[in-house]
Amino acid sequence: MSDAAPVKKGKGTIFLTLEVCKGCSYCIDFCPAHCLEFSREFNRKGYHYPVLASPEDCTGCDLCGLYCPDFAIFGMRFKDIEQRRQAAAVEPLVPARG
Amino acid sequence: MSATELPACEIEITNPVAPYLRQERLPHIWCPGCGIGTTVNCFTRALTDSGLDLDRVAIVSGIGCTGRVAGYMNLDSFHTTHGRAIPFATGLRLGNPDLAKVVVYSGDGDLSAIGGNHLIHAARRNMDLMVVCVNNFTYGMTGGQVAPTTPIGATQTTMPYGNFENPFNLPFLADACGAVYVARWTVYHVKQLAKAMLEGLKKKGFVFIEAMAPCPTLYSRRNRLGDGVDQLKYYKEKSKVVNGANTQDVGLTFQGDIVVGKFVDRERPTWLEAMNAHYTQHFGDKYTPYGGPHAQE
Repeated sequence: MSDAAPVKKGKGTIFLTLEVCKGCSYCIDFCPAHCLEFSREFNRKGYHYPVLASPEDCTGCDLCGLYCPDFAIFGMRFKDIEQRRQAAAVEPLVPARG
Repeated sequence: MSATELPACEIEITNPVAPYLRQERLPHIWCPGCGIGTTVNCFTRALTDSGLDLDRVAIVSGIGCTGRVAGYMNLDSFHTTHGRAIPFATGLRLGNPDLAKVVVYSGDGDLSAIGGNHLIHAARRNMDLMVVCVNNFTYGMTGGQVAPTTPIGATQTTMPYGNFENPFNLPFLADACGAVYVARWTVYHVKQLAKAMLEGLKKKGFVFIEAMAPCPTLYSRRNRLGDGVDQLKYYKEKSKVVNGANTQDVGLTFQGDIVVGKFVDRERPTWLEAMNAHYTQHFGDKYTPYGGPHAQE
């Protein structure tokens, strides 16, 4: 392809405590950006947990965190993560992507 | 590479709910697809937004699945006997009027069946409490018996041919008894539920919030309604937001339309305010109004 579309970068990401997830699929069904789906793997209790299938669509809106009945998942905007990092005055381990 | 050579670590990012929970008690016992955890999320968001001093917030709950909320919340929390969450909270509120908010967090069976009398009298007195009633239409913890909120036609373990008892219309009950704030939201309406809880935390007087939640293990399975997420889709499809609706018309039917919204928001003197006003009028300067240092806030 000659005119490749510019790579779309997500505005946020999700954080998951894998072992407390019970696979209820609330976050997957009600994600407004439809960017989550079930994993192929199981967690230790035998549930399929959500994975960020299309990270470029995630806005970090934290609606998954508001829905999650098991307090397993939450979303966060890159902007807010960066702000916290600056507030804590810590050098990023991985340089921010340009 | 030794540990000292590592660069200063990245910031620790924790779940915004985590500070409000007793982490040592997690994971909780609620079933996969149960909506109670979602209402807890909404409650913690409301607590964050309200800016209340958490040392002066107490949460009281009775017995049942929802009754376990008090055990999981990292606030001053009390797990009382069956149905007696409201009388305990009343005593707590009057014994320590300095508390910013006393929240009663319990289920429909606890609040409207065995604690039904306490609910109507606390509403009548306009006791300064916020009552969150998580309504899952059944007694979840004891095995799916018919609750006072089970809609007509729903099958339960004690009604294998379907329920024929008329269910409670909880917002109408609370409204008729004199609650100052009555709202109903489902677990699907997370943002609205969090906002209702925020308004409830800021409101003086008896606040009643009904949160409809799915019970996938007992109610949904007995009635072949699918999983928790299928109930949420039903809430999404059949719910209608009517703010200020007449509470007489908001009764629930089996898998029928759900009227959600803020139904009542009015002002009435709370029990303590009424008592202080009454005795001040009666005894004049001889009476010292009862209340803590923060009572005038």
